[in-house]
Amino acid sequence: MAMIFDLLAQAAQMALVLVLAPLVVGVMRKVKARLLRRIGPPIWQFYIDLWKLAHKEVVLAPNASWLYRTAPYVIFATTWVGAALIPTYATNLMFSWSADLIAIVALLAAGRFALALAGMDVGSAFGGIGSSREMMIASLAEPAMLLIVFTVALIAGTTQLSGIAEIFGGAGVGLRVSLGLAMVAFILVAIAENARIPVDNPATHLELTMVHEAMVLEYSGRHLAMIEAAAALKLVFYFSLFSCLFLPFGMATADKGTDALVLGFGSYLAKIFLLAALLPIGETAVAKMRVFRVPIFLGGAFAAGALAVFLLFVSRSF
Amino acid sequence: MGHHIGFDIAHLLAGSMLVLSFVLLHQDRITAVLNIFALQAIVLSLAVAWQAVLQDAPHLLVTAGIALTAKGIVIPAALHRIVRRLGIHREIEEVIGAGPTMLTGLGLVVLSILLVMPAGRNVSILVREDLAFALAVILLGLLMMITRRNAVTQIIGFMSLENGLVLAATGAKGMPLVVEFSVAFSILIAFIVFGVFVFRIRERFDTVDVGALDRFRGERGEQG
Repeated sequence: MAMIFDLLAQAAQMALVLVLAPLVVGVMRKVKARLLRRIGPPIWQFYIDLWKLAHKEVVLAPNASWLYRTAPYVIFATTWVGAALIPTYATNLMFSWSADLIAIVALLAAGRFALALAGMDVGSAFGGIGSSREMMIASLAEPAMLLIVFTVALIAGTTQLSGIAEIFGGAGVGLRVSLGLAMVAFILVAIAENARIPVDNPATHLELTMVHEAMVLEYSGRHLAMIEAAAALKLVFYFSLFSCLFLPFGMATADKGTDALVLGFGSYLAKIFLLAALLPIGETAVAKMRVFRVPIFLGGAFAAGALAVFLLFVSRSF
Repeated sequence: MGHHIGFDIAHLLAGSMLVLSFVLLHQDRITAVLNIFALQAIVLSLAVAWQAVLQDAPHLLVTAGIALTAKGIVIPAALHRIVRRLGIHREIEEVIGAGPTMLTGLGLVVLSILLVMPAGRNVSILVREDLAFALAVILLGLLMMITRRNAVTQIIGFMSLENGLVLAATGAKGMPLVVEFSVAFSILIAFIVFGVFVFRIRERFDTVDVGALDRFRGERGEQG
């Protein structure tokens, strides 16, 4: 009986991130539209778009290989697994032991690798430029992400996300400059990884500076639906990771009674929608930067992450 | 975890000063540099005031007051005036290699941590940490003076270096007030000298870019 309950809790988590992802994108588009004094599409529009794309005919380039056809499913699968393994409403779910923070980040990197390959597969100029830029951003964002992982792991003493969330949610950690710096670095990395303004503009197809949209320009039909859903899931992934690392409050930890679970669900939804409202506000306030300014932007993230690790060494008692 | 809130707040304030030093190093707009410098001075005065509470030393509150009025309000306001009168308040200074500068800065932070670690084995963790942060702020101020070409931002580098000195001095127990007074006084004098100096450079060369001085001294060959 307990085993069935555990399985159900894990399945609920997997379904939760999947169902929530399009809604989060819808809310973000709505907030952004209202900030620009437009009415904006209804918040469930993205579900309808995905449904429509899934039923459209797939148009393939004549020289597209098997890689081009499988990449959308690989990207979707890695992102979904990654998002499902982050503790969202409860810690210590059934499969949470199977991947720690480093493995989850690596899962996402595998998805990005598949996407970059797919972008170059057909041989169009746009796909190639998108892939090369994506790899440039990734090569700068990943060292910063690793430093954030080190900071968090050094403070918590573990890389298991459930353990980190329980330690940070408790009272033992106190005010830490390192965690604040890691949070700043994480926000910068998340903006770059999710192709949001100021690094990339998710709302346009016709700009020479686009990165993510350039790689998926050739996709159509159900392939495009998979990629769009994966992009939405990636956003939920970063929101969940942010709330798991830096806002781990209200999660159901040891006791998984009904009250704790309801509180966990409620606080998770509140955190996610708060972040989904804050991100467009930040995006509206800044202008998109040139591609060659991105190294400076991510260099800031790297510097903040490195400083966070160094400061930990000063305050460590010998 | 043996941490208590007093340590946490001291850690937070000193760490914020270090972060603000990095922001100073990275920022290329002159008015923004001045504002961040003022913010750093305000954080410094908070840190000193917190030390006064922790060490039960009321004279440190005077130090905090001096830091707040002199470096948080008077000097930034005066520099804003100078910059406006020189007509360079909209100028964007070309920082030489933002990336290498930041990396050098990180290296300096590591250096100061490595230096303070063995030296401060016998003192409390709070003092050791304050010393490491302060040394890093001092070195970053020096770095800023080296990498900038504009005389006004070089002054800011010097002043931020002095912020690090005050942080180091207050972290150690029992600094006499007279030392702090004389330091604050000499900073004010230095500021006046700098102010006159900047206007002299401007009069002579029509710019506050200190690169012009190199040619004047014959360090760079005459061009044309």
